[in-house]
Amino acid sequence: MKALVIAQLTFREGLRKKLVVGVLLLSLLFVVFYVWGFHLFVQDWREIEARRAARGAPVGTYEIFASAMVLLGLWTVNFLSGVMTIFASVGTIASEMESGTLQAIVPKPIRRWEIVLGKYLGFAGMLTLYIVAMVASVVLTARIIGDYTPPNVVQGTLLIILVMLILLSLTVLGSTFLSTVTNGVLVFMLYGLAITGGLVEQIGTALDNEVLIRIGVISSIVVPSDSMWRLASYLLQPQLAVNFLGPNPFGTTTPPSAFAVQYAVAYALLLLVAAMLVFRKRDI
Amino acid sequence: MNSTRIVRETTPSVSVTPVIEAFGLRKVYGERVAVEDLSLDVYAGEVFGFLGPNGAGKTTSVKMLTGLIQPTAGSARILGRPLGDLEARRQIGFLPELFRFHDWLRGEELLDLHGKLYGMSREQRRRRIPEVLALVGLSEVGHLRVRAYSKGMQQRIGIAQALLNDPRVVFLDEPTSALDPLGRRDVRELILRLKSDGVTVFLNSHLLSEVESVCDRVAIVNHGRVVAIGPMGELLSRELTVEFRLGALPDGVVSGLSAYVQVEGVVSGSRPRVVARASDETAIARAVDYLVRTGTPVYGVVPERRSLEEVFVDIVSREGAEPR
Repeated sequence: MKALVIAQLTFREGLRKKLVVGVLLLSLLFVVFYVWGFHLFVQDWREIEARRAARGAPVGTYEIFASAMVLLGLWTVNFLSGVMTIFASVGTIASEMESGTLQAIVPKPIRRWEIVLGKYLGFAGMLTLYIVAMVASVVLTARIIGDYTPPNVVQGTLLIILVMLILLSLTVLGSTFLSTVTNGVLVFMLYGLAITGGLVEQIGTALDNEVLIRIGVISSIVVPSDSMWRLASYLLQPQLAVNFLGPNPFGTTTPPSAFAVQYAVAYALLLLVAAMLVFRKRDI
Repeated sequence: MNSTRIVRETTPSVSVTPVIEAFGLRKVYGERVAVEDLSLDVYAGEVFGFLGPNGAGKTTSVKMLTGLIQPTAGSARILGRPLGDLEARRQIGFLPELFRFHDWLRGEELLDLHGKLYGMSREQRRRRIPEVLALVGLSEVGHLRVRAYSKGMQQRIGIAQALLNDPRVVFLDEPTSALDPLGRRDVRELILRLKSDGVTVFLNSHLLSEVESVCDRVAIVNHGRVVAIGPMGELLSRELTVEFRLGALPDGVVSGLSAYVQVEGVVSGSRPRVVARASDETAIARAVDYLVRTGTPVYGVVPERRSLEEVFVDIVSREGAEPR
């Protein structure tokens, strides 16, 4: 399978990108601070717990606060992986067309869709490793330092990977017909739109405003990345924490349906196929 | 001077099996016609020169033949298979005009990548990569990153990449643009070596001396269409220039000569010389016959060999070199 040759090349090339190296260093920094922060939180909680117990005052539920800490950690992981996805793959086809490196690749006995698929798989592989490592850092921190394990870690991780795949499909598709810069601006705007749409939906839920909720739903049809994150966040918290937090910028009380997941998977696949079809006819 | 130059070669010197066939290939970008109508055959085992002024559509034509761009109209076959056929591509080598590679790879890694894309086995790659590196004179630097290569070395690794799969057809788009005179000579020898191995070479170049020294047949394109095509010898002798070396020049002979050939210059003296252009050899024979009839002593009829450059300039300037 020639696509795997391209995937391997893309994986290696991705790891060489300054942006990727930068995000990796930032992520490392984030993990260090997260571990430290979680440690401080646990210390703090124990002090409060002891003080309140001495006064005979009721103690809050630890689970809710530990869960909020995990939620913040995973939200950051999801955001960083989204940024990395877009900026690592933004010029994958376009920049190679601009520099001319594709001119020696395309005439080889490889189908054009295999080139697109290979690039997709290369980035998807790299980013999946990143997501798994980051989610593991957050979850293990909570478990080891905070003695708390969030529910549905596997489903949650898969959904964060799905968010990445949605953004990757979008970016790769754009890269087959837009210049690197245009594509970067456009995809990042769409990503921002999805996040804002999600926020608007949360506000709508809090205020019980139909229009705001509808705006959120439409934005999640245009780019379903944020709705998949919200489903992940819903699954990764105990029901107690979901109810306590209510509608909020990082999670939701009304999780998207199973149909939304099917839609998101189909969205990622269709955009990838569209990228293959566009690239098939593209002059290089 | 070589008198066989005047003899027309009517059949291609190599073979009659076409390995590249283009039928009315056309490429239009918006309102600009890059290639108007490209039709040609390239035969097995020949070195085919593809010439034309800048903007004539040479690179666009090569890009259509190698599957980089989609023709607006027309079709082509390579090794008897339609454009884009993977089996044909397995047997094609291509050096793009804009030779840019993943320059963070080492020379050997780059060739390994392209070998994998050709579907070569690990064993084949291990055997072939040192061979092609040696062929282009890069054996010493195969372990260095391509980024560290000079322009000329990058072009050489590009040629190595094009020969990796022992191709039957090689497209070289300006293969010596970044090379010094020594490098150019190396490439010339390489092309001749490919030819002796029976490889068909499609050479896109504007270095006319280079084309003249290696090509069997030549096509000249202008404004995106073939304006002249044929064996090199035929193209060079398409219009003959001859010098008549005479013993005397009786009055009226020059104007009488004009009935047969086009007189371009007369050098009088004790041994007058007349330079003239003839449409073909028969005209020269008639002119000599005329001179003899008038009693003019003819000491020699010397065909003047025209260089490809002269032919090229002639054809292109007649057409008008500036694109529309």
